[in-house]
Amino acid sequence: MSRWAGAASVLLLAACAPEQPSPGAVVGGTPPAQAMADEGGDWHVALPEHAPGRFGFGTPATEDRVALWDIDVKPDGEGLPPGSGSVAEGQAVYELHCLQCHGPTGTEGPNDRLVSPGPWEQWPTGRTVGGYWPYATTLYDYTRRAMPQTTPGTLSDDDVYAVVAYVLHLGGLVPADAVMDAASLAAVEMPYRDRFVPDNRTGGPEIR
Amino acid sequence: MPDTEHTRLSRRAWLAAASGTAASGLVMTRWDALRAEPPLAPMPVPPQQVAPSDADPTRVPGRFVSELGTRAPGEQPRRLLRTLALSSSSRTPLQDLQGTITPSDLHFERHHAGVPDIVAEEHEVLVHGMVERPMVFRMADLRRYPQTSRICFIECSGNGGGAYNRNRMPTAISPQQLDGLLSTSEWTGVMLSTILREVGVRPGASWILAEGRDAAVMSRSVPLDKAMDDSMLAYGQNGEAIRPEQGYPVRLLLPGWEGNAQVKWLRRIEVSDRPTMTRDETSRYTDPLKDGTSRIFSFVMDAKSLITFPSYPYVLPERGWWEIEGLAWTGRGRITRVEVSTDGGRSWSDAVLQPPILSKSTVRFRHLWNWDGRETVILSRATDETGYVQPTVQQLWDARGEGTAYHHNHQRAWKVASDGVVTFGLGDLL
Repeated sequence: MSRWAGAASVLLLAACAPEQPSPGAVVGGTPPAQAMADEGGDWHVALPEHAPGRFGFGTPATEDRVALWDIDVKPDGEGLPPGSGSVAEGQAVYELHCLQCHGPTGTEGPNDRLVSPGPWEQWPTGRTVGGYWPYATTLYDYTRRAMPQTTPGTLSDDDVYAVVAYVLHLGGLVPADAVMDAASLAAVEMPYRDRFVPDNRTGGPEIR
Repeated sequence: MPDTEHTRLSRRAWLAAASGTAASGLVMTRWDALRAEPPLAPMPVPPQQVAPSDADPTRVPGRFVSELGTRAPGEQPRRLLRTLALSSSSRTPLQDLQGTITPSDLHFERHHAGVPDIVAEEHEVLVHGMVERPMVFRMADLRRYPQTSRICFIECSGNGGGAYNRNRMPTAISPQQLDGLLSTSEWTGVMLSTILREVGVRPGASWILAEGRDAAVMSRSVPLDKAMDDSMLAYGQNGEAIRPEQGYPVRLLLPGWEGNAQVKWLRRIEVSDRPTMTRDETSRYTDPLKDGTSRIFSFVMDAKSLITFPSYPYVLPERGWWEIEGLAWTGRGRITRVEVSTDGGRSWSDAVLQPPILSKSTVRFRHLWNWDGRETVILSRATDETGYVQPTVQQLWDARGEGTAYHHNHQRAWKVASDGVVTFGLGDLL
């Protein structure tokens, strides 16, 4: 993912070049107070010279405490839980929890379309899972954290794997006998992944 | 004044027009103008307030003090609601406001699963990942860290999309309807760099993930450089606790960046060496371009300006001197210039910028105009400190294509007809 680590620096330059010295210098260590932003008198954010190295306000977070809330899934699959679910199991989950908002085949709505009904709904028109989304892991992350909309966070990890498998299958991304788990989900190839490019706007006279 | 008239004309405008104070030779403002249509949202007079009477206020004792102030009965600006299930928004009445600060109860809303009810005393913010010391901060902890305040705008990156489609260019659309996902506040909180300094960011880290405590558990990845630069964990808004709709008890503030990334109801920050690629930074908030690619992590809000008067639904009751006014802002620093054209873009004049001109905040601009009573189109364009000039819609179409869904910062225009009726006028220039 070094591509995106590099993107961060580009974005920073785009955002702050006109008014900031090199803020990259503070990354990764204890920032000296004078390295922090000062925009020429509008506002003041630097800590005073006599500020301590640490204030100590707050409580150390135990591993269990972190695990309780650390629910995100990275595009390489980091953060995916144990468990699995099949397309067939996912159909049952979908019909019970998802069909009402997304339609019998994922194309009908009334809420977001999950599946492109035809080639005209592919990139970028429908922004559907198979027609736009760059990472299959995002579908797991989002479904687990935010779906079903009226009862979010109630699906088991296995049910999420299953319904993700089903939606990916509806979008033509995995076969009908597919089983999704941490390894297989991260390996799903999304057709439009390489179409996403970092922001290249930089300010200045050029319109991008 | 009967309620029916309240809903047709603002009281001040009605009185001004009726009493002849809008005399020729005086500079008139939007207070002297009329409204062509009913206000955008219902403006009921609160039941505890009485409608103005004809009594001479110097002959009757006034009301007593009150614990909480209220607006005058004739001044009832409202947010404009758009409710689609739980994913909804409300828009700031830009055409009704003065100065640059948005009253907190009129700050726009955009959320993806409703406004959560959170008790501040029970709220915690977890900071972990590539850090030396994972920590949990309660609100009392956050408030004890050195504090800072800053005035800046927040704008939804989808703002203004209603005027980007060549074939559906609106005419009867107000600043609120078109660009009301923009608000400005004084935010108070602790710099995120102070908190990251406290936990000790490990070498190699380059991104953070910010996550909310709403039912969408809204999450966005943000480059660590921005987090260490001018980002804030904001718990104050315009002098009081941040409003629930804006993220109570604490939100991420990323001055100048798109609103969606400024995660509200913040409960977790994970320091990482790569972005998470959440739903709202891949499936949404990415910008398809005409070359078949899609721009991702397009955080910065480029320079933009908007005339808020005269605008729809105002009506200029007569020719003569009027003051054109509006707002300009850029996520790249300061606005350095706003130009106004009153002849459809053939000639431009520098507008007056109202100090203070703050970085990554809105600035109000004004331009005196002697309207000759003939139909014309007025428009504005902003320039920022990087030399970027607010583009025409044609320039954006040329650069990005016509299918992009965010960052519609092109010039806006208003057509003033000979009868004084003002409508959105961009379509007249195409």
